[in-house]
Amino acid sequence: MSEKVLMKGNEAFAEAAIRGGCRFYFGYPITPQSEIPEYMSRELPGRGGTFLQAESELGAINMAYGAGAAGGSVFISSSSPGIALMQEGMSFLCSAEVPLVALNVSRCGPGIGGIQPGQADYFQVTRGGGNGDYRIPVFAPSGIQEAVDLLYGAPELADKWRNPVMIFADGVLGQMMEPVTLPEQRPFADPRDIRTRKPWAITGYGDDDARKNVVKSLRMQPDELEIHVETLFEKYARAERELVSAESAGVEDADAVIVAFGTMARIAKEAVDILSGRGVSVGLIRPISLWPFPYGEFDKIGPRAKVVISAELSMGQMIEDVRIGVGKRLPVRLIHRTGGMIPSSLELADRAEAIYKEVAGR
Amino acid sequence: MSSQKLFFAGSGGQGVILMGQMTTYAAMYEGKETTYYPSYGPEMRGGTANCTVVVSDRPISCPLIYDADCVVAMNLPSLIKFEQMVKPGGILLLNTSIISQRPSRGDITVYDVPVNELARDIGNARVANMIMLGALVRSTGVVSRGSVVKVMEKTFTGSKARLIDLNVSAFDFWKMPQRV
Repeated sequence: MSEKVLMKGNEAFAEAAIRGGCRFYFGYPITPQSEIPEYMSRELPGRGGTFLQAESELGAINMAYGAGAAGGSVFISSSSPGIALMQEGMSFLCSAEVPLVALNVSRCGPGIGGIQPGQADYFQVTRGGGNGDYRIPVFAPSGIQEAVDLLYGAPELADKWRNPVMIFADGVLGQMMEPVTLPEQRPFADPRDIRTRKPWAITGYGDDDARKNVVKSLRMQPDELEIHVETLFEKYARAERELVSAESAGVEDADAVIVAFGTMARIAKEAVDILSGRGVSVGLIRPISLWPFPYGEFDKIGPRAKVVISAELSMGQMIEDVRIGVGKRLPVRLIHRTGGMIPSSLELADRAEAIYKEVAGR
Repeated sequence: MSSQKLFFAGSGGQGVILMGQMTTYAAMYEGKETTYYPSYGPEMRGGTANCTVVVSDRPISCPLIYDADCVVAMNLPSLIKFEQMVKPGGILLLNTSIISQRPSRGDITVYDVPVNELARDIGNARVANMIMLGALVRSTGVVSRGSVVKVMEKTFTGSKARLIDLNVSAFDFWKMPQRV
């Protein structure tokens, strides 16, 4: 195990992607993640990789499409409005089954919005802004170490599932510093091995079979397209079973359960401690995979619980998944801030306690 | 000490961010849990700058703070805006070189640190923030002197190694007033 180092989230994310084997980075600066392209421009060229600043996010995602189709291991990053510009490409990559590691260090919207942290991209990253039927596995770390570990594993996941994989951090995680342990550098794939490692890729390496490879999202024949989409969704059904991930604490004997991810989950952990001191037992469900959403965690909620609270830095987006997870068993309520405002743990605790007392009739 | 929450505020160029980062590094070298979170935005020299540091013996759930064991105010707007953030019984460190207004709170300990005058005594105006960092470490005990010196030794290498002595002496320059 290597020594702990103190790193800014964005720099740690970039380093983790390189160490995970991402050799190509295409991007365009946007707050609060501009340290990532800056870091990549400094680090990648000297380490055998390629950094290219695109003319826009549209350029970046389509460079990623091209490099990924040729078998390259690609990492891209942006923040909310920039990720919005990439949505068309995400749909194309999913249809063409091109692997990609994407990172959204989210800020608040809608529109250009502001540069402070937000989670109102939940719909964007889990439902997608691109057209057609597709899915993208999305993981939401709540600390820099967890983000590093997820990013390190993401290239392998993307290759395995032949699909983009999204890491959904937020401005707090991008900007803060925390000690982290960095994993070992995985060697970059040798271009000569791509034909065997990714037999579907367009390598042009003098092999007749490989030359016949076609990576595309256009399928004009309805029967052909139907079979293609049905096949994609058989893959997504497997991913739903295999990739679901969450952390839960104290939900079996809780009076109330808070559901929160990312930075909000860290605030919620403190709020749970505050409420425990006031004699209210609150459980916490922290989804790590947002798609597939950990609906099964809600079956663990014990009979004492009176309410499930979705705590979000948005007007309430994840709450729709929370409602699906809870079903008709318990009332589901929302605690939120938006616009880049972040509640204190005390505010969250007070509001959760008020909701609990109201629902429990105390 | 189980946990200390620190808040550094001033204007861009006063070394506020560096003070916070050095405290965080020192805490990490001591094997403590620590987080650092800066204000971020379209900032510039002369604009506002602040950062939050948490140091704890236990894992830190939240890197954001709303009350602080110690607030460092490097300019008047920081005093006005963040005095209320100090916990009752907490510490407020004031850069009295440029803050003439007195704090209104009576339930906190206030230390006057005229960093500009002290830096002039040392003979280098650029070490003002290291004087304040020394005041912070001695008044809060958040990390040890040795850990901060280690941070300096790791930061200033090669041709900059000659700056270590200057910064250490600046760190040691401010003395805690004797209790009456």
